[in-house]
Amino acid sequence: MVQAAGEIGCLFEGGFNQVSFEPPDQIVAAAPARAPGQGLHLRRARRMVLAIGGFILTVLLTFLGLLAITFFIGRVIPIDPVLSVVGDRATPEVYNAAREAMGLDRPLVLQFVSYVADVAQGHFGMSVSTGRPVIEDLSRFFPATLEMATIGIIIGVFLGVPMGVYAASRQGSWLDQIIRVFGLLGYSVPAFWLGLVGLAFFYAHLRIVGGPGRLDIFYDGLVPPVTGLILVDSLLAGETEIFFNAITHLILPASVLGFFSLAYIARMTRSFMLDQLSQEFVTTARVKGVAERLVIWRHAFRPILVPLITVIGLSYAGLLEGSVMIETVFSWPGIGNYLTTALLNADMNAVLGATLVIGAVFILINKISDVLYSVLDPRAR
Amino acid sequence: MSAPLLEIENLRVSFPTQQGRVEVVKGISFTLGRERLGIVGESGSGKSMTGRSILRLIRAPGRVTADRLRFSGIDLLAQSERQMRAIRGARISMVMQDPKFSLNPVMTIGAQIAEALVAHTRLPRREIAQRSRDMLQAVRIDDPDRVMRLYPHEISGGMGQRVMIAMMLVPEPDILIADEPTSALDVSVQAQVLDIMDELVRNKGMGLILISHDLDLVARYCDRILVMNSGKVVEECVASQLSEARHPYTRGLLAAMPHMDETRETLPVLDRSQWEAT
Amino acid sequence: MAATREWLLADSPTSRLQARMGRAYRIVTALLRNPLATLGLVIILVLVATALFAPLIAPYSPIGQELANRLQPPSWQHWMGTDELGRDIYSRVIYGSRITLTIVLLVAVISAPIGLVVGAVSGYFGGWIDKVMMGITDVFLSMPKLILALAFVAALGPGIENAIIAIAITAWPAYARIARAETLTFRNSEFIAAVQMQGASSARVIVAHILPLCTSSMIIRVTLDMAGIILTAAGLGFIGLGAQPPLPEWGAMISRGRTFILDQWWVATMPGFAIIIVSLGFCFLGDGLRDVLDPRQGENS
Repeated sequence: MVQAAGEIGCLFEGGFNQVSFEPPDQIVAAAPARAPGQGLHLRRARRMVLAIGGFILTVLLTFLGLLAITFFIGRVIPIDPVLSVVGDRATPEVYNAAREAMGLDRPLVLQFVSYVADVAQGHFGMSVSTGRPVIEDLSRFFPATLEMATIGIIIGVFLGVPMGVYAASRQGSWLDQIIRVFGLLGYSVPAFWLGLVGLAFFYAHLRIVGGPGRLDIFYDGLVPPVTGLILVDSLLAGETEIFFNAITHLILPASVLGFFSLAYIARMTRSFMLDQLSQEFVTTARVKGVAERLVIWRHAFRPILVPLITVIGLSYAGLLEGSVMIETVFSWPGIGNYLTTALLNADMNAVLGATLVIGAVFILINKISDVLYSVLDPRAR
Repeated sequence: MSAPLLEIENLRVSFPTQQGRVEVVKGISFTLGRERLGIVGESGSGKSMTGRSILRLIRAPGRVTADRLRFSGIDLLAQSERQMRAIRGARISMVMQDPKFSLNPVMTIGAQIAEALVAHTRLPRREIAQRSRDMLQAVRIDDPDRVMRLYPHEISGGMGQRVMIAMMLVPEPDILIADEPTSALDVSVQAQVLDIMDELVRNKGMGLILISHDLDLVARYCDRILVMNSGKVVEECVASQLSEARHPYTRGLLAAMPHMDETRETLPVLDRSQWEAT
Repeated sequence: MAATREWLLADSPTSRLQARMGRAYRIVTALLRNPLATLGLVIILVLVATALFAPLIAPYSPIGQELANRLQPPSWQHWMGTDELGRDIYSRVIYGSRITLTIVLLVAVISAPIGLVVGAVSGYFGGWIDKVMMGITDVFLSMPKLILALAFVAALGPGIENAIIAIAITAWPAYARIARAETLTFRNSEFIAAVQMQGASSARVIVAHILPLCTSSMIIRVTLDMAGIILTAAGLGFIGLGAQPPLPEWGAMISRGRTFILDQWWVATMPGFAIIIVSLGFCFLGDGLRDVLDPRQGENS
């Protein structure tokens, strides 16, 4: 089942709206899944430990790379890095203080080291636009994005997987063609445009969903933020009315994200299933007279569960990235909105802080998906 | 001769290609009773397609037509997919070439054999397990309970093929189609597997279609032989009279086979120019 | 006509020109057999033509304001309506195609060669060069492209040139990966060894022999990526960091139309349709190219 795509190692970027039709090498090389053997526990444990160790190392190295890039963006590119941090309305005292704190007279390498140390302790600096420490802003805004992306991926999975399976089992039919074009639309439609159009149509015109923002205005602030996820917090506080209101506000942005997730997941599922359906053992099942539904789900679909999990993980990471575009449209108080506002205000600390957080989460999800695959892959057992 | 189980007349199988529609089986006809029929030919002769078209396994864009494709009086071409599912496995079965690929790698052997019964009968679980066990013993697997818990990658090729035979025979079909059943096995194991298959087929009074590229094999295990080339049947004869075959293709094949007491220095090469079927 | 065709399809071409033209002809005819790919090709050609002949096609000036005519719905005089400054949206979309094409071409021209060279060098030399380069590439690849592009634009400042640079910076790693993988497949083949034994320097081997062999997968990848590049550029424009007003960049136009989305929906939606059609065109074409140039991958799509 090793597709040629694996042979030339086309890499997939799970990022948002990225045109990447080929799955990562490992997914593609998903040969007929093997079942657990017997008595390999010791080998498996050792492999696990090595894998975890290697995983942590690669993650740390990649984080370091991310930090190097943000450092470069923050310190090296701007003509006056201090100005980009304090803003052009800062007083001379603030300017000088910041200049000292950033230690710009020291060699770059030392600056980088102290930068890494700062970041590791959560010192992302102060935001010029909000006046608060960036880390505080980030922790306030991140849950909103998380909530939206999570509902989005749920929509994507529960619609995308059946669509992909269906399209593969009826390959060539007009429904299959529709689903394929749908998949391509996921790479061709701008997210912010879709959000805008959705808002205009479903909110302004049809009035069946909530408007911009996470809640109607009069509910704002009524729910004590425990996790930052309104759905969870409102249930914890027993406020079902607010819960439902939050859902009406969530449904549209999450669906927009879900659309892109769905397009990608459906396309990947279809590709995997087509491979599986051409396997000999699927023919065997048909020869036995097994019902087609069982042939598809029990014989063809089961082996692709593991690569599919990796695909879902990558899609989730992509949604976090894509939320940047959507949050502006929906006035969603999430990290994406924070980033774009900071961009327009030339608030360098906030920009880099948000970049670091989104980037770190993105990297983490990607690497976890990678490792999850090699751990769960029955062939490695 | 018993009443024919299978009547095939003018069977044609075609596929679309860039150069237009190409026929891989060009109008063959034969009957099958409760006997063993061998279909011999080289790769691309259409023999596998013949086997698969009987079970209506060939899907669009491939097309199967025939003047007659009858099994025990049932017109197979007229059956709906659901009706075919009732026939597949229960009345006509097929053993395929390589158990490495034709057995589901993530299901236990017991589960796969049981599935063959579950698809067609409503027997209680215990009965199914018992029949699976019996069948495994019939294919000379000594410890059926242990084997039933194993996965396909944990057993050898010969054993896998025997499991395949067991799986296909457990619903007690009338016809077994064996598509190159031993081509993927070691030579030493081939005879073993075929002997088992032969014995079972004979004991149950089934019809057998043995598809192979090995003329010797087919001659040994079959009553009648069909020789196919480029989608057509070029020779039909009784197995024992194979050496008296008349068609130049068959004669060429026979001449190219080395014997134990071979005296020739070089083996003759088939000259296809004379009789290439168009 | 028939004679030309025969010459192109000859089994044993007698000159390099004939071989090259024959190959190109085969590729184009195979491509044209695929309806979606043909549609994609047509869309791209229309895009190029629109960009080239914009002054001739556009009925109005893209920046000429006519405040009396602001926010008019689509009509016969204004096919796509007018925006808040009375400018004809259709004309702006047409002129916007120039910006889109410029961005896409420049990003491709900058990032593809860089990625190609990095990948080929990395694959050819192997060893620690490979490890270091691939390490850097992998770090870039694990990061979200859009976010990185945003961060770079933040530092470089708004404007179309900076947007192009920022997108190009995030785009090259993917090409490096592909080029390296391609290089690895024939790095140890005998014809490379033969050229090396003839005394060719590493540079010559890479430039004259390895790079040309990587081109087909690069072309496929670049075409497929173009949709993503267009969307990223539009996103930057939407936020306000790409092309600056009054340039009729499609993303920026959507952003301007946002305030009137409820009643004057056409201002924001029309440029969006343009983006979708062009992106789909590149996707179709890229898919078709992949089926034709690399049939191994085309099986399951």
